[in-house]
Parts: sequence; C-alpha cells; structure tokens
Amino acid sequence: MSVVEVDRLVRDFTVREPVPGRRLRRRARQVRAVDGLTFTVGPGEAVGYIGANGAGKSTTIKMLAGILVPTSGTVRTCGTDPVRARRRLARRIGVVFGQRSQLWWDLPLAESYDILAAIHRLEPARARRRRAELVEELELGGFLATPVRQLSLGQRMRAEVAAALLHEPELVVLDEPTIGLDVLSKQRLREFLVHERGSRGTTLLLTTHDMGDVERLCERVLVVDHGRLAYDGSLSGLAATVAAERVLVVDLAEPVAPLQVPGTRHLGSEGDGVRQHLAFDPTRTTAAAVLAQVQRAAEVRDLSVAEPDIEDVVRRLWSRSR
Amino acid sequence: MAETTWRADLTAYRAVLGSRVRAQASYRTSFATDLATAFLVGVVELAETWVVFSQVDVLGGLSFAAVLLVFGLSNICFATADLVVGHLDRLPRYIQAGTIDVFYLRPQPLLAQLVTSEISLRRLTRIGVGVIALVWGLSVNDVPDPARAAAVVALSLVFGTVVFAAQFVTAAGCQFWLVNGAELTNSFTYGSSYAASQPASVFGTVLKLTFGYLVPAAFVGYLPTLVVLGLPGPSLLPAWLAWCLPLAALWSCLVAGLVWRAGVRHYQGAGG
Amino acid sequence: MGTWQLVRAGFRQQSQYRLAMVAGLATNCVFGFIRASVLLAALDASTGAFAGYTRESLAAYVWISQALLGAVLLMVPTTAVGERIKTGDIAVDFLRPVSLLAGHLWMALGRGLFTLLPRGVPAVVVGTLTVGWFLPGGVAPYLLGAVSVVLAVAGSYLGAHCVALAGFWLVETRGLNALYGIVATFLAGLFVPVDLFPGWLRGLAALTPFPTFLQYPVDVLSGRVVGLDAWSHLATQAGWLLGMLLLAQLLATLGRRHLEVQGG
Repeated sequence: MSVVEVDRLVRDFTVREPVPGRRLRRRARQVRAVDGLTFTVGPGEAVGYIGANGAGKSTTIKMLAGILVPTSGTVRTCGTDPVRARRRLARRIGVVFGQRSQLWWDLPLAESYDILAAIHRLEPARARRRRAELVEELELGGFLATPVRQLSLGQRMRAEVAAALLHEPELVVLDEPTIGLDVLSKQRLREFLVHERGSRGTTLLLTTHDMGDVERLCERVLVVDHGRLAYDGSLSGLAATVAAERVLVVDLAEPVAPLQVPGTRHLGSEGDGVRQHLAFDPTRTTAAAVLAQVQRAAEVRDLSVAEPDIEDVVRRLWSRSR
Repeated sequence: MAETTWRADLTAYRAVLGSRVRAQASYRTSFATDLATAFLVGVVELAETWVVFSQVDVLGGLSFAAVLLVFGLSNICFATADLVVGHLDRLPRYIQAGTIDVFYLRPQPLLAQLVTSEISLRRLTRIGVGVIALVWGLSVNDVPDPARAAAVVALSLVFGTVVFAAQFVTAAGCQFWLVNGAELTNSFTYGSSYAASQPASVFGTVLKLTFGYLVPAAFVGYLPTLVVLGLPGPSLLPAWLAWCLPLAALWSCLVAGLVWRAGVRHYQGAGG
Repeated sequence: MGTWQLVRAGFRQQSQYRLAMVAGLATNCVFGFIRASVLLAALDASTGAFAGYTRESLAAYVWISQALLGAVLLMVPTTAVGERIKTGDIAVDFLRPVSLLAGHLWMALGRGLFTLLPRGVPAVVVGTLTVGWFLPGGVAPYLLGAVSVVLAVAGSYLGAHCVALAGFWLVETRGLNALYGIVATFLAGLFVPVDLFPGWLRGLAALTPFPTFLQYPVDVLSGRVVGLDAWSHLATQAGWLLGMLLLAQLLATLGRRHLEVQGG
C-alpha cells in the first residue's frame, strides 16, 4: 500500500487584487496553485519534492497533512483521507515546516518535548526512550535546558526535527529543513535522517532548494512547476535529462590563464585568474578528478563546489519539455 | 475507547496549560505589573459607572448600589471568559504567520488546542474587581429573598461566563475570513461586555432586542440583578427571563459553533 | 521624504485596510448607541444642571467623540516606535536624516486624518439619523474645530509616542500601554464628558493633557464652546502639544544615550 497517493490533485486560491487605476476597487482572481498532480510514494521511499518558489510545494504538503482541502482530485495519506482523519493521521505523520516552530519559544527545550509527548499520548517509558535516542543522535544534550528562543538556527532546526519525530511517525515531511543552516549542521541533519530511515523504514518526503539535500537523502525526485509534475524519476536521471552541472571554484596561489580541463567548461575568472570557475557534469566525472587535473596546472589554495541551483534545474527541465 | 481518548487529551491540555502558568509566573516583575494593571483597569471602569451616578441617583430604575450588582456580575463573567479563552484574539496573528498549521499537525480538536494554548492569568485581578463590586452590591442592597438571590447569582456566574466565552469563539471564527479584522471582533466582545454592565432598561427597543436576545448580554448582569432585588423589569426584558440564562448560553454556543465550523472550513478551503 | 509625502504615506497606508475601516465604524456606532442611551437616560433622570448639557449637545458629544475616536486612537497607544525599540531597529532610525519624531508624527497625522473620512463622517451621519440634527450652524465651529482636531490627533499621537519611548528603560511595556489606554480614555472624557465629573476629578483631569485629546475638539466642533473660550481651548491644546513635543525629544535623547551606554 502507498503511504502517499495523489490523484489529479487540483487546488485553487482566490486572490484579491486592486484594479489598476481604481484605488478602492478590488477584484477576485482564481489562481491554480496545484494543477492536476498525480503521484504515489511507497513505504520507506525517500522522495525529494522540488520546484521553484510558488510552484505549489507547500500547498501539496498542506493537503497531505489535512490542513487544506483539495479543490478537486483526491489525496490519501497513510491510507486515509487526511482532512476527515486529520487527528488520527496527526499521530502517524511528522511535519517540519522550516519557518514555523512547533516548540514553545519561552520554555526550555526539554519541556517542549514533555508537552509534545502528552499531546501525542505517548507512554512515559516509550517517550523517555525515544527522546533519549533523538537527543543523542541529533546532539541536543547540551541545550535541553535552554529556552528555545535562545537557540541558534542550527540548534533550533535539529530540535524541530526531533519534535516532529518524537512520536515515531511512519511518514516524515520536511519543508526546507536545511534552509539557512551552515555546512556542518546540514551534514549532521542529513546523516541523522539517513540513519533514521535506515533503522525504521520511515518514509521521507522533503521539499528543498538545496540539491545537496536531494542528492544525499533521496533516491527519487519529483519536480513540480506551475502546479504540474514536470519530472518523476531518479536524481541521476534528472541530472542526465537536464545536464545539471556542478561548478568547481578554485582559488590559486597566483594568477593563471583560463584553465582548460577536459570534461569541464571554463565559466569565468576573477582577480586576473586567481579564482576560476569550472563547470562539470557530475554523472561523467567527479569534483576530485577535476581537481586533480587542475592541480597539475596550478597550485590550489582553496576550493568550493557549488551545487546546481534548483531554480536552474527546473528552468532547464521546463524549456526542454517545450 | 472514546472515554480514554478524551482522558488522554485532557493530559495533553494540562501539560500545555501547566507550562503556560509556569512561564507567566517565572517573569515575576512583569507578571506583578500585569496583575496590578488589570486591577486598575477594572477600577477605572467601575469609576466610569460611578461618575454617571455623581449626576443622578437612579439610572434606568437602578440605584448605584443596584448597578454595582450589574457591574460585578458582568465583569466577573467577562473577565473569567477572557482569562480562559480571551487569547483566541491572537488567531489573526497565527493565521498571518502560518503558525496555525502547527495546530493542525496535532491529534486534538483545533479549537480545544487553541483554547488551552494559553491562559491569561493577569486577568485574575480583573475578576477580583468584579468580586469586590458584587460583594459590595450584595451587602448594601435590600435582598428580599436570599435563597433566590443566591441561586440566580450562581446561575449568572456559570452561564454568563459561557455566554461571553461563546462570543470570543464567535469573534475568533470570523477571523478566518477577515484579514486585519481583530478590531471588528474585539468590538463585538468588548461592546457586548460594555452593554452587559449597563442597566438595559435605558436602551431603546432595538438595543434591547440586540443586547437582550441576539447577543444575550443583558442576561448576564442586568436580569439577574432584577431577580436579586425583586424588581419587575422593563418591557421586553421581564425579570423572570433571568432563569432562561442557560437557554441564552445555549444559543450563544450554537452560534459560536456554527461560525467556528464555517470559519475552519473556509480556511481549509472546503466549500464556501 | 518631505513632510507632505509622509502625511500621504500615512494616508495611503490606512486606505488599504478597508475592512478594518468598516470594522472601526461598526464599533464606533455600537458604542455610540450604548453611550447615547446611558447618557440621555442620565440627563432625563437628573434633577441638577447636568453641566448645562441639553439633549442636542449631549447627542453631539456622544457622536462627535465616537467620530473622532478612530483618528485620535486613544484606545491603541501602541505605536510603531515601541515595536522598533523592542526589536532594536530603533538604532537604525537614529542614523536617518529625518528626525525620529517628525517621521512618525507626520505619518500619524496622515493616518488620523484619513480615518476621519470613512469613520468619522458616517458616525456623525448615523448619529443625526438616530437622535436628530445636532451639528452647529455657522462656519466658525467648523474652522476652529478643524484646527482643534488636528491638534488633538497630533497630541494623542505624541502621548502614545512618549509612552512607547519608555520602552528604552522597561523590558515589558504591555502593562504600561494598557494602563495608559484606560486612564487616557477615562480622563479624555470618552465615557462621560469631563464636565460631568465631580469637581476634584475634573481638577485632576485638567492636570493631564488627556481632555485636550477628545473633550476639547468635541466642545469646539459641536459649538458648545465658542468665541474666546474656543480660542482658549485651542491655546491649551497647543500648550500641551508643545510640552509633549519637548518631552518626546528629551526622552529620545536620553533613550539614545541609554542605548549607547548599554549597547542595545
């Protein structure tokens, strides 16, 4: 049985906007946020749900969680109608909204978990065990006594994830979980999610702007654009389809003429060639291989690898299909 | 099963409320200031009533001593409702910031969660002002039948609070449609509380019907006061109506339930 | 931004909240009906002079004060300044070329004056439709009244502004705001005209700027106070306004120093 089943899902919003030239008049306009989506997610799958801002990602998630009712089409989450069975469903799914905290900002973090345990009616013994587990894996131990409002962004995000997972949900939906996090925090969070899924078979659905999230966490990608499904398949397939390139940025010891490395494109140089940008296709070569070749030509002081931009991927995908 | 579910939810509500009480009490100074302020606000409101009586001896058939009862009953009920559900007026902020969605992700009814999400303890002193007015009123008036008076006061304190609580819920339900409509709904609740603390006999027919029946504010303070003092009451609002307060409360709850349901459905985008 | 642009910005900002306008108007009318009932009943029951009020002047008092209420904003002393002090954004404001006070004051004036159109005028219309004509004849009350209203809007804003500036020293201003709101409305004469207060309370009110926020403009605009008395009302309003301007400047200067010492 599928964990998520979406069939010809449509959701319209009414937007009121001023009529140009007539200051006191407003007119209502129907905007289609989700436009005939159909897909299923099986148990234990990890799916990246990506698309530009306003593509309909959050709207879909809200319909999955029973917050919004579809305009037409059907959605089933964990085998139930999410709106009618919202309360039962709430105990089987965990959602992390990147921008909306479910913690109590003026209380110590530990107290938020006590309250959430009561809200989800967890047996005390089970709640204790699960909390200890999450605290250890997400490294929350150091600030359990700190009021939530004093946590750093990275700490708070990990705390939010623990809050959403406290009741051991079958389906975990993460809306932009790594937004604004530093590299290390991102890495920790990703490792945790991989581990959680591996040990419990949790189904993961995550929206993100970060290709790195998708690459490390998801074997399947859904690309949504203007409310429609633009791609459904593996990440490597997506990269192949749109030739999503990654960019290696190298800082060299001294200015060098534009580097010519086989299998890469030279995108540009800064500071007379001290910093150079090289684009490569990750399905054909690796950053390490490119770097090795660069080092033959010049001394490398520093480097970074820029992930392809999701907006860019979607744009390419869209222009290709037309 | 239904029984155990209900009990389990009770534990959840208690956990949240307990944390709110601890959080408020932990900011000692600001909590004390809030308590003092709420008390002064109540005193000033009583002074507003008193100032009118510096010009007249009797207003709408009631002396100042009698109006103390109206003021006391309506203020206790309103302040108690405010303490328990008054924070529902934060709903517009929750909707605008999207934090309302977090409540949807928890396995309790939305309204029950919102009601138990906070408790405004600072209103305790406001209730105190009402109690002072009520006790003062009861001690300075001639009460012909103490047993009957006790019964009607008890009725008023319980169901009057329900009436006001229902009005807070009705007002909150409207917030799902109104952006920036906090003032409209506040005016509804505060307007009816203001109306409830006046002798309804001074109202014209339209206001009597509005605050007597549509929004049953007169049932909370004025009508019970008539019963306590053994007065007959004006046209349209006879004293015996006070015993129908439970019906008025039921009516208020019915309206609140319908408006809230419609509001939630509107927010979710189902129909309407 | 010039003065006029600030006033217009305040005006436009307000025009976006049409629903809030309707809401405010509905509120003013409901309270107007209740207050009119109570005060007129009191007038009927009174055996004394009732401070010289007649049915007309009392009705004028109730409905004109309700009409001005949206503009003078007595009930809502929270200002943008308070919010900015709380968030620390105020430090940025101090770096701007426009004076902190002027920017907010002109915006508040624009906002207040805009509110008069959709909220004030209809409230007066509703009043005259329900209790009969109460507006004064002649031009003088309207001209002097207009000046008085502008002074009142500016004055009530300044009062709220000064309270907000207390946020430099207080962690939590909610209590102070609530207290200011209720004391200001009471002493401004919103529920009962100040002239009906017992002597000692009237004296107390006169020691505060609050009557100049509501009682004074209503007196002038309704033609209850005319001639030299009206001019004296305006002078008192201007005096309080000046005093509060100085206080606001002083508080801002002290607050700024406090910020610099405390480092935010």
